[in-house]
Amino acid sequence: MEERVLSMICVGCPVGCDLKVTVRDKELLSVEGNACPRAVQFARTEISSPVRVFATTVRVSGGRLPVCPVRSRGPVPKARLFDISREVARLVVPAPVTIGQVILADACGSGVDIIATRDLEAGKASF
Amino acid sequence: MTDMHVDIAIIGAGPAGIAAGIGAKEAGAGDVLVLERDWDLGGILQQCIHPGFGLHTFKEELTGPEYMHRWIRRAHEAGVTFLTNTMVFRMESDGALWVMNPDRGVFRVVPKATVLAMGCRERPLGAINVPGGRPAGIYTAGTAQRFVNIEGYMPGRRAVILGSGDIGLIMARRLVWEGARVEGVFELMPWSGGLRRNIAQCIDDYGIPFYLKHAVTRIHGRDRVEGVTVTEVDERLQPVAGTERFVPCDTLLLAVGLIPENELSRMAGVAIHPVTNGPVMNEFYQTTRPSIFAAGNVVIVYDLADWVSQEGFAAGRNAALYAAGSLRMPERRIEIRGGKNVRLFSPQAITGSSDAVIYFRVARPIEKRCRVFADHGLFEQKHRYVRPGEMNEIRLAGADLRALPETVTTITIDAEEA
Repeated sequence: MEERVLSMICVGCPVGCDLKVTVRDKELLSVEGNACPRAVQFARTEISSPVRVFATTVRVSGGRLPVCPVRSRGPVPKARLFDISREVARLVVPAPVTIGQVILADACGSGVDIIATRDLEAGKASF
Repeated sequence: MTDMHVDIAIIGAGPAGIAAGIGAKEAGAGDVLVLERDWDLGGILQQCIHPGFGLHTFKEELTGPEYMHRWIRRAHEAGVTFLTNTMVFRMESDGALWVMNPDRGVFRVVPKATVLAMGCRERPLGAINVPGGRPAGIYTAGTAQRFVNIEGYMPGRRAVILGSGDIGLIMARRLVWEGARVEGVFELMPWSGGLRRNIAQCIDDYGIPFYLKHAVTRIHGRDRVEGVTVTEVDERLQPVAGTERFVPCDTLLLAVGLIPENELSRMAGVAIHPVTNGPVMNEFYQTTRPSIFAAGNVVIVYDLADWVSQEGFAAGRNAALYAAGSLRMPERRIEIRGGKNVRLFSPQAITGSSDAVIYFRVARPIEKRCRVFADHGLFEQKHRYVRPGEMNEIRLAGADLRALPETVTTITIDAEEA
């Protein structure tokens, strides 16, 4: 198997290091250009099964806002993002919503829950 | 109408204002009142539902609403008072505020010190001169973000994004996740206005075309946007003839810069810097009106909410010390000057009596090893690059500043190749 050099930007923090990542097949050989060790973990995941934290909104009934922001509790496979987006789009959650509340457990079999990221009181829509 | 007397009044309950409230309470202020025109606390971060906030403050990446949830809880615990649905419509030169809300009507808030925390606003279409029609479907990226994330509807199905500010990049991904198409991001300058990681995770991840040195030179459509003409620009940012092409779309989002919101500051006679568009300040976050302090994006537009909160906290603390008569500062004034590659910076002058942080943005990127420094040997830091889209900071130690000879009246800051 021959070695390949990939360039990628680490999304682990706002610095966004330019990485030169050397791989053989899906094995990580080296990472250059990183300012911290998070980039190595990022590169390892990125070459085999890239993951992202997913954030969207869910419809709410009877709340002060018509939608409530939610996110995946942890990173989910990048390849499943659109499946999860469609699944969350089908839901309607009754107000009140509490921050951290599980909105969708084990989203699309990813093993990761979708949780609310704010408190949303019940009441008349406020705009 | 009776005046409401408080120790500290703060305008705006976003990240700067809420942290200012906590800073003021922790410094011993009595009544600390935050005035917020929305019904909700948290400011613009309530619509920034993506992760990426709080790595410095909380050592983990939170979404905007989660980040604010923690600060709001802390503010309540500290005893900060909030008035929501409350609009400040006038400020006097001593920081007294004319205010109205549905419960009390029009009244005056008379504080011993005031903190400005109104944040910034997006540059609108009128600021950038695009020929063509003005059909429906043209929004600033932040307006579209509010539509999608707060009000729950989509601005359109097929978007072009003009400008590469972070909100535009974030919205490109957001629209794609909601099933819309993004035809491309077009940036006038030869470099991106946003963070590198947002280009990676919002644009490259979804194969969205990204063009530097491009302008939208015409908007098509009568009732609704039907497309835009995009054109390459040369070094002088002038359109290159023959490079025009039509891009069909129903929505044009603008991510072309943010401007500190200082309508009230101007009314009070606070001096506004012509380049930053924010109040002229010293290292105590004190404006040219001694009882009026300022923090966050109302002063200079930051990349990270963490810095806004940090500055808010310090401004609130200093406002409390001022109100108590215990903010000691000398008469001395050391002017900060930007070197060749400095586009804007804040604060513009310091007293030299305590630690000071100078934030600045470069005019042009340096994509190699470089140094960020202040003269008189006060500060030097090596960087792997500097970019206009990323704020730099210079930390000056109080001991070094106090040791400067009296003859030193300016400090020059800059970034250059190492």
